[in-house]
Amino acid sequence: MNTTLDPAAYLACPHCDTLHHSKHLAATERARCARCDTLLIAPRARSFIHVIALSFTAMILMAGAIFFPFLKIDAQGFSNASSVFQAAMAFSDGLLLPLSIGVLAMIVGLPAVRFAALIYVLWPLTHGRPAYRHARTVFRLTEEMQPWAMAEIFIIGTAVALVKVAGLAHVSLGPAFWAFCALIIVTALKNSYMSSWTIWDAIATKKPI
Amino acid sequence: MGRHRHEKAYLTAHDAGLTGCRQCGKVWPKDSTQCGRCGAHLQPVSTASLQRVWACWWAGLFCYIPANAYPMLRTNMLGSESNSTIMGGVIDLVGHHNYGIALIVFVASICIPIAKFIAVAYLALVVGKDKRAGGHPHLVIYEIVEFVGRWSMVDVFVVAILSALVQLGAIASIHPGPAAAAFALSVAFTMISAQSFDPRLIWRGPKVSSPPHD
Repeated sequence: MNTTLDPAAYLACPHCDTLHHSKHLAATERARCARCDTLLIAPRARSFIHVIALSFTAMILMAGAIFFPFLKIDAQGFSNASSVFQAAMAFSDGLLLPLSIGVLAMIVGLPAVRFAALIYVLWPLTHGRPAYRHARTVFRLTEEMQPWAMAEIFIIGTAVALVKVAGLAHVSLGPAFWAFCALIIVTALKNSYMSSWTIWDAIATKKPI
Repeated sequence: MGRHRHEKAYLTAHDAGLTGCRQCGKVWPKDSTQCGRCGAHLQPVSTASLQRVWACWWAGLFCYIPANAYPMLRTNMLGSESNSTIMGGVIDLVGHHNYGIALIVFVASICIPIAKFIAVAYLALVVGKDKRAGGHPHLVIYEIVEFVGRWSMVDVFVVAILSALVQLGAIASIHPGPAAAAFALSVAFTMISAQSFDPRLIWRGPKVSSPPHD
């Protein structure tokens, strides 16, 4: 067993634990795990600014998606409109209330909190200043929240629901629907600009000790 | 090259007497309990972590039974009320010749959850044995389960949207049934189960010694 290795010089693949020498890559380089091909480091030129800009965009779209009408249905003189908020609140009567809160968190709450948290973490770093207080905890929670933010799954759910209702009544799509679609695209773009390792490195090294 | 049969030997942090952070990848001395960079709890590579996988696996399975037995949707059409379970909804769609949507719902709400239970159980049973090292097929299974898991939630969102939208007084109204909550819980538990699974166990096997990779 080799115990002379200096931990600071290495990174371990989060998926398979293989040790790699850690180094700072040029803006266009990418590092993948030699064994399991997990993307380890992917810095991109000015990527923090991109992530911040896209997070701002996503938050504005999210506000639109919540407050504008989402879907409207017409059948034989009757009509009904629903917002995203009302869709989440569909379970609010009786015992299903906790499910309403869960759904609201998954489609609106967690995505919005993640965007805000990313801006909080990255804003000082882009200006070469030390990270704000608790940036470490905020970014770790942001990473842990990721699988539970399900805005894109909600849109697929909308598509399935639309097909189910299509035969029954006439459905019109409101501005919130399109805002939500744009939100999905912006989120995907943002994810492609993000490299966790690079952000962790920036938080750790620019922090005054 | 016979990639699967003769896996190249890779030195892991565990074999080097170190602990890698699963959150940020930083490497720490063996007995550290918290990552000094991101603050995450450092977990040793051990089959003890499988206990949580199994606990959530069983919880998910128990929730999956009422999710299928109770109605997902209560539909009121021109005064006549009908309850439909997940499978009932699929059969209805086939009856109305909506084969494409029937297939999507069938795959998303029945095939994927069952396949996920089987896949997580299989991984938890085969990994961590000292006999075998390396398993690209196992990693592929793990990555598929992690990627696909959250998509099962689509059914809950469909119920939410239909119940909020279809409120047309006497003509038609749709209300959620108790199965929606059971199904959401089942999906959540299987997601936690899959997240608790430590993929580093897949690679644990006979000790190797080779220099770290660039």
